[in-house]
Amino acid sequence: MARPIRVLVAKPGLDGHDRGAKVIARALRDAGMEVIYTGLRQTPEQIVAAALQEDVDVVALSILSGAHNHLLPKVVDLLKKENVYDEMLVLGGGVIPDEDIPGLKESGLAEIFTPGTPTQVTIDFIKENLKRGL
Amino acid sequence: MNLEKGILNKDKRAAARLITMMESNDPEAIRIISKLYSHTGKAKVIGITGPPGAGKSTLTDKLAKRLRQENKTVGIIAVDPTSPFTGGSILGDRVRMTDLYTDPGVFIRSMGTRGHLGGLSKATLGAVKVLDIYGFDYIFIETVGVGQSEVDIVKAADSVLLVMVPGLGDDIQAIKAGIMEIGDVFAVNKADREGANRTQVEIEMMLEYNHSQWKPPVTQVVALHNKGIDDLYDNIIKHLNYLETTGQLIEKRQQNSELEIIDLIQRDLMERLVGNEEKRTTISEMARMVANRQLDPYTVSDNLVKKIIANDNF
Ligand code: B12
Ligand SMILES: Nc1nc2c(ncn2[C@@H]2O[C@H](COP(=O)(O)OP(=O)(O)OP(=O)(O)O)[C@@H](O)[C@H]2O)c(=O)[nH]1
Ligand SMILES: [Mg+2]
Repeated sequence: MARPIRVLVAKPGLDGHDRGAKVIARALRDAGMEVIYTGLRQTPEQIVAAALQEDVDVVALSILSGAHNHLLPKVVDLLKKENVYDEMLVLGGGVIPDEDIPGLKESGLAEIFTPGTPTQVTIDFIKENLKRGL
Repeated sequence: MNLEKGILNKDKRAAARLITMMESNDPEAIRIISKLYSHTGKAKVIGITGPPGAGKSTLTDKLAKRLRQENKTVGIIAVDPTSPFTGGSILGDRVRMTDLYTDPGVFIRSMGTRGHLGGLSKATLGAVKVLDIYGFDYIFIETVGVGQSEVDIVKAADSVLLVMVPGLGDDIQAIKAGIMEIGDVFAVNKADREGANRTQVEIEMMLEYNHSQWKPPVTQVVALHNKGIDDLYDNIIKHLNYLETTGQLIEKRQQNSELEIIDLIQRDLMERLVGNEEKRTTISEMARMVANRQLDPYTVSDNLVKKIIANDNF
């Protein structure tokens, strides 16, 4: 039997908007995934340390503070530095203006999910784009 | 990545990957751990158990920090329940330990029970070995929030910390039969709330029936505010020292190894009997004959087991 997909759901930055992260965490759990929730106000360093120790398949970052252009690429860079980026799918979501999305993708985020995206879209995206076998 | 070299060189990625592989019962991980088994046994393994929401994770965080003050390294395995309906889970114990994430002397791993009953997951013992080989001085195992019968932690730990909270009232009586007996050290957490003294007295009264040489100490703590942690820490260390000086540590580990071996044999035999599609098909064909009264189930079972014994490759 294949193992469940493991996903780290993290909130980088200093804002306390955690509803979206919780909605996503529950949706992924209900889709049969093992979701590791790290809590609010995480630094990129904390997120990467957790992703590494939890050996996750997906790093899902929720951000509504406006600091996405700084924090999301930082997480990707640290994952690369730790040599784990090649096996981890990195996703972002939250209040992120459309014009910022191409730049974020260029910096290594696989996809960005903004308000109104049905959670099933995210679930399908994860299943189709995992970087390593189960 | 060479996992064997990696774990010996304290590469956390290797430890993380080996745990993932143990969760999938991967033969390569089992081979590596078997090979490095002589590196295990140095870590002291402390189980942390108690009712849901009692403060197990918060307390784990504080005790780990206390050990870090002594320059000891700490591995933490935190188990949360997997939904039996979807197979998914939200593993949230980490949220209480965020300060420890980037500490080089700490490793935290969350595990879902994945259908296993008893308060741990099937691979928890495997994960403990991985962290032991890595070289952590202490390993904490936080169980799922337990009710009555989730007592697997005794088979996995050297010392068990049972976390209670005030206001459980009659629940203590109910819990008594199951989990009260497994505590080597007790904490009454959330002692900032009313009723902590009463809970302590109730636990102590219950422990009076315990006639073993070690009297489990009961400590009031407020994990959230880091209060009472030094006393609790001292009591845990006292228990570990007691085990060592009386020779009970090795005795306990021998008992636990015995249970583990029996467990592994069961798993292995089941795997060989029904581990693949083909074998399950054979069994369902037999079942048809049993249902039609052409065969009896005892003979079928006996034949299958004999086949395993006769043929090592079965
Ligand atoms: C509710 C809310 C709050 C609540 C938060 C409660 C909580 N615990 O979450 C409260 C009242 C506390 C709050 C406070 C503030 N807020 Co506010 N808040 C909102 C509001 C109205 C809705 C957010 C929400 O919960 N939506 C519902 C959830 C389910 O949706 P979601 O988070 O967008 O998530 C969905 C998707 O984005 C996506 N998703 C999200 N994350 C992820 C992650 C992954 C991996 C994936 C795949 C998908 C995904 O999936 C989710 C489900 O579809 C938004 C405006 C808006 N319409 O978005 C402002 C908003 C986010 N807030 C804003 C601001 C400025 C603030 C304050 C700073 C206001 C102030 N000046 O005091 C404070 C900051 C507080 C703090 N400590 O951080 C701004 C942010 C501006 C920006 N980004 O530049 C917004 C956009 C309002 C605005 N238009 O100005 N806020
Ligand atoms: N008042 C008070 N609250 C506490 C104390 N310790 C922990 N808590 C709170 O109790 C809640 C549960 O704490 P956890 O540490 O997550 O409890 P747990 O036993 O690990 O929970 P599960 O793993 O879900 O069974 C959190 O909101 C904590 O902040 C304490 O000493 N006093
Ligand atoms: Mg917990």
